[in-house]
Amino acid sequence: MALVRWLAVLPFLGILVGTPFFNRVEPLVLGMPLLLAWIIMWIILTAAIMALIYLLDPANRDVPEHRP
Amino acid sequence: MNAALIVIFATIAGVLALGLRARHGRDMNLEQWTVGGRGFGTILVFVLMAGEIYTTFTFLGGSGFAYGHGAPAFYILSYGCLAYILSYWLLPPIWRYAKEHRLIAQPDFFARKYDSPALGVLVALVGIVALIPYLVLQLKGLGIIVDTAAYGAIAPTTAIWIGAAVVTAYVMVSGIHGSAWTAVVKDTTILAVVLFLGIYLPLHYYSGYGAMFQAIQAAKPDFLALPPQGESLAWFDSTVLLTALGFYMWPHTFGSLYTAKEERAFRRNAALLPLYQIILLFVFFVGFAAILKVPGLKGSEIDLSLLRLSAQTFDSWFVGVIGAAGVLTAIVPGSMILMASATLLANTIFRAFQPQATDAIVSRTAKLLVPVVALVSVAFTLRGGTTIVALLLMGYSFVTQLFPALIACLLPRNPVTKEGAFAGILIGVAAVAATSLTHTTIAALFPALPEALRDLNIGIVALVLNLLTMGLVSAVTRRHAAYA
Repeated sequence: MALVRWLAVLPFLGILVGTPFFNRVEPLVLGMPLLLAWIIMWIILTAAIMALIYLLDPANRDVPEHRP
Repeated sequence: MNAALIVIFATIAGVLALGLRARHGRDMNLEQWTVGGRGFGTILVFVLMAGEIYTTFTFLGGSGFAYGHGAPAFYILSYGCLAYILSYWLLPPIWRYAKEHRLIAQPDFFARKYDSPALGVLVALVGIVALIPYLVLQLKGLGIIVDTAAYGAIAPTTAIWIGAAVVTAYVMVSGIHGSAWTAVVKDTTILAVVLFLGIYLPLHYYSGYGAMFQAIQAAKPDFLALPPQGESLAWFDSTVLLTALGFYMWPHTFGSLYTAKEERAFRRNAALLPLYQIILLFVFFVGFAAILKVPGLKGSEIDLSLLRLSAQTFDSWFVGVIGAAGVLTAIVPGSMILMASATLLANTIFRAFQPQATDAIVSRTAKLLVPVVALVSVAFTLRGGTTIVALLLMGYSFVTQLFPALIACLLPRNPVTKEGAFAGILIGVAAVAATSLTHTTIAALFPALPEALRDLNIGIVALVLNLLTMGLVSAVTRRHAAYA
């Protein structure tokens, strides 16, 4: 878990540091400008990374789903 | 009265009826009125949180910003995503502390953590100052919708008054329970409308997304990449950072965190909510489709682009449906914001001067303050001139100033003293207020700076001043305490 947690840093790097390298309109990716496609990719990756962290985090286990 | 207006006014009547029904005729005390008795389940909390996030700002402001500014609008996609990552670790400790101490509002949290009622009052004031532009933008949106749907038959000023009256009436009859149920209706409607518009309009006018973006690139080269000056990369990064850090600092968002049943809900939302951002994409597609189809909207008129293109494309009754979805997206967050500001005023500021006031008196004061806050916001809205996105960014510049003091007090050993927190927030907010009131920018103040520094969002610069002050004052007061 401790190591997996660091994956959460990647979207910050992708969106804040990676943007200059993809600040172009062409080539269009899936019909979208390159910069837009780059950001969309990071949104999807963020959801995936956070889902992974959620599943591996022991804090989210061993709690009954519905308490009376 | 045309078909569009009939649909819109029927929706408003329906929303008010839902609000009345949601109250179940129960008497509500202050805690129930504001945090719904802390009994909402995961799904409702999810809907409530999403409901606040998707507002007039994204519907009209997001499409308008995409239409008028192009690529800089992508910041709106980015910041929520980063904020959700932070929420995984930020929200559970806030929720635990608030539950343990039975807190009902954001200032209570700061006041309790720093053991300083004065800090609580300052936090409440910052919250109210930040909420006003946020409320103004909802009213502006309501005004735009009623005005467009009436095809000129209702003056924009009248439309704004109607909008303010509806939001006020809604808050007065329902409290948060009404908001939660209306949020369910609102979220499904806005989703359906935005998906339809974002898919239909590009296909109808350009027969595809690729073709639409090629046409825009041919007509306005590089409009869909960040420009070298102005809203440049430096602007983008500083704005994304400012808004991501400020995301949960809003008093109404902070307050609604307390409604969750269990802390795991926040961690689950951190994985679910980023995907929700993708519906924003369809709002941008509408704005982009409008670039070449309703050209010539300038300044604050860009917020009209979605409705103008809709009015040009569809029959009146369907423009009414789109407008009704817009009305819901303004009323739900508008009522939250209005209630949050009235509660802040009554619970923190009124109580600071009337410590012996009973809950009943504070609760009555909060309700009486609702129309007062609404009137102040109407006054600002009627002055006009600013785009929806600019209004929200101003609010963010204020509210993000609370972030450093919040993070510090969640640390195991808080390095910041109450004096440090107070001074830092005060300096940060003063810097934002001074630049907002004088409409100045870093570029205008320091023309000799390199481009990257000149384009920085003013809120981030204020945040740096805030941090420096906080560190300095904390160091001095801590040493003072050690020698005392």
